[in-house]
Amino acid sequence: MTEFMNEFGIILYATLIYTPPLLYAALGSCFSEVSGVVNIGIEGMMTAGAFTGTVVAYFTGNPYLGFICGGLAGMLFGAIHAFATVNLGADQTIAGTAINMLGPGIVIMIARVLFNSTDTIPLTPDQKIPTLFKGIFDTSTVFGRFMDNVFATYASTYLVFIMVIVVWFVFYKTRFGLRLRACGEHPQACESLGINVIATRFICVCLSGFLSGLGGACVTMATSNQFRPISIVGQGFIAIAAVLFGKFRPQGALLGCLLFGFCSGLKVVLGGSSGVNVHLISMIPYVVTVIVLILFVGKSRVPAANGKPYIKSK
Amino acid sequence: MKKILALMLALCMVFALCACGSSEPAAEDAAEAPAEDAAAEAPAEEEAAPAEKVRIGMVTDVGGVNDQSFNQTSWEGLQALDPEVFEVNYLESKTDADYQTNINTFIDEGYDLIICVGYMLADATREAAEANPDQLFAIIDDSTIDLPNVACLMFAQEQASYLVGLVAGSVTESKTVGYVQGMVSDSMNLFGIGYITGVLEACPDATILQYNVNNFGDIAGGSTAAKDMITNGADVIYHAAGGSGIGVISACDEEGIWAIGVDTDQSPLAPDHVLTSAMKRVDVASQDISKAVAEGNFTAGVHMYDLSNGGVDLAPTRDHIPAEVLEVVEAAKTAIINGEKSVPTSVADCPEFTLAE
Repeated sequence: MTEFMNEFGIILYATLIYTPPLLYAALGSCFSEVSGVVNIGIEGMMTAGAFTGTVVAYFTGNPYLGFICGGLAGMLFGAIHAFATVNLGADQTIAGTAINMLGPGIVIMIARVLFNSTDTIPLTPDQKIPTLFKGIFDTSTVFGRFMDNVFATYASTYLVFIMVIVVWFVFYKTRFGLRLRACGEHPQACESLGINVIATRFICVCLSGFLSGLGGACVTMATSNQFRPISIVGQGFIAIAAVLFGKFRPQGALLGCLLFGFCSGLKVVLGGSSGVNVHLISMIPYVVTVIVLILFVGKSRVPAANGKPYIKSK
Repeated sequence: MKKILALMLALCMVFALCACGSSEPAAEDAAEAPAEDAAAEAPAEEEAAPAEKVRIGMVTDVGGVNDQSFNQTSWEGLQALDPEVFEVNYLESKTDADYQTNINTFIDEGYDLIICVGYMLADATREAAEANPDQLFAIIDDSTIDLPNVACLMFAQEQASYLVGLVAGSVTESKTVGYVQGMVSDSMNLFGIGYITGVLEACPDATILQYNVNNFGDIAGGSTAAKDMITNGADVIYHAAGGSGIGVISACDEEGIWAIGVDTDQSPLAPDHVLTSAMKRVDVASQDISKAVAEGNFTAGVHMYDLSNGGVDLAPTRDHIPAEVLEVVEAAKTAIINGEKSVPTSVADCPEFTLAE
């Protein structure tokens, strides 16, 4: 029983450290995709956020400021993507790919200028995103240890679950949400009703950049304390997959990210020294995702106008 | 057809431009360039300085020159060489496909010695060395190339790991220590074998939790593995897991237990909770082989860097280690150097190491 509690606590712990970066980015991706702009550049925006967050926190000593600036850096790249795709009508996939190359490129260049290295200087514990509820559980008991592993987690982790509710509310309970969903379905109709499609899409892509930036900052300011080129490796693409998995709904993206996070936790716990081939265990998150996609998730309905540039005159 | 023709013309013009461009900076100081230059090809395009200098070219593996591991250490060692005598340059490999190209670039430029960093370059180095018997090579962390123009620079990582194992076994209060490895291979296993031998010597009834992340870049995985070990009572964790180790050290820092770093002095990552690190002095090895080439006494075959020649050691940061433990470590070190003691190098000699199967 003790062992089970311990292992279960670790799986949940791992779920809660793998999930938040993906979930921030997935919520961002929802904004962009639902408003009708394919944003494959999430990865690049996350990298920008991951780097900027640590740099600002390092120089100002304020993790909250760093975290927000991480979001703003992502937003800047979001604005570039929005300008190219929404205002100029560029191919959205290609623009996104460009962001994925531009993000890490610029970041590493700045890192070399600032630190003469591709890595940033490690943050001290009080420059990191703080852990909430640390020390209130008695870790000498099995139950206390379990509670500590699961609930004594980063503020950014609690925030992301609140963000899911906020995004859900914006999507389905506000006028802006209704408009952004309409823009992804039939922009011409929106325009005829006086909705500014260009502006709505621009804002949504910027928001997707902001949330992706926060996701990146989670990785470097909570899970670790330093930006390295390996900090963001593929999380952006997994987030995009989670959005498809969740049928372009924030609550669906939450499930997708949690499933992937949970499987990653399972991978770590099983991989320990169970004797099963470690390469097979490493496949768990991906195999489970594919199986669940095939068996339980029906066809994902892509917003009708997703990926199509909106040009007024047409 | 027209488009293809246009493309070809455009390419020709680009190449012509490049060719013109590269001859211009010839007079500039080539040795200065690489530190700032991120582009893969750029440093080597700079033309030669005066002919009497010994020219050393370094090819990194995919980790890049700032990997805070052996590529970086090796490059720092080369940069510390006397610039009056040596001209040093590096080429970064972005993918495995770049190894051959980068090596050939240095060969074409007539470098005196090409240092290939990492066992991942072994195949490319072997092919290049066979094709160019007059070109001198050195390869780090690989001993499989037996050619008269290749020096294999090997490190006794088990010895450094053994020393940190002694430290871990001595400072643990819960008699439970952890070990996180990045990948299972003969060379990586040496870290675990040395560490476990050291821990059990200092604390025979210690429990050693072992974990293979199977990834050098999974920070969250390293952190989870460490948390798992901490939950199961570990109070010292050693990692040999590259980037995943950042997560290990981070988790140890948060939980307030000791972490032990690897390859370089990793104390800056968590000054309050990194006990020490098992260092590999790749810088010393790169300098030694470069000097040997300059003095004309390059020798092929395996060059072993171990405790006796300062090739591996505890990191300079040891403030957190109690004095009496340091004495034990120093005594063990002396015993190994004098040959009175040896650290096992095979899984068969260390049955407690369970990651290998």
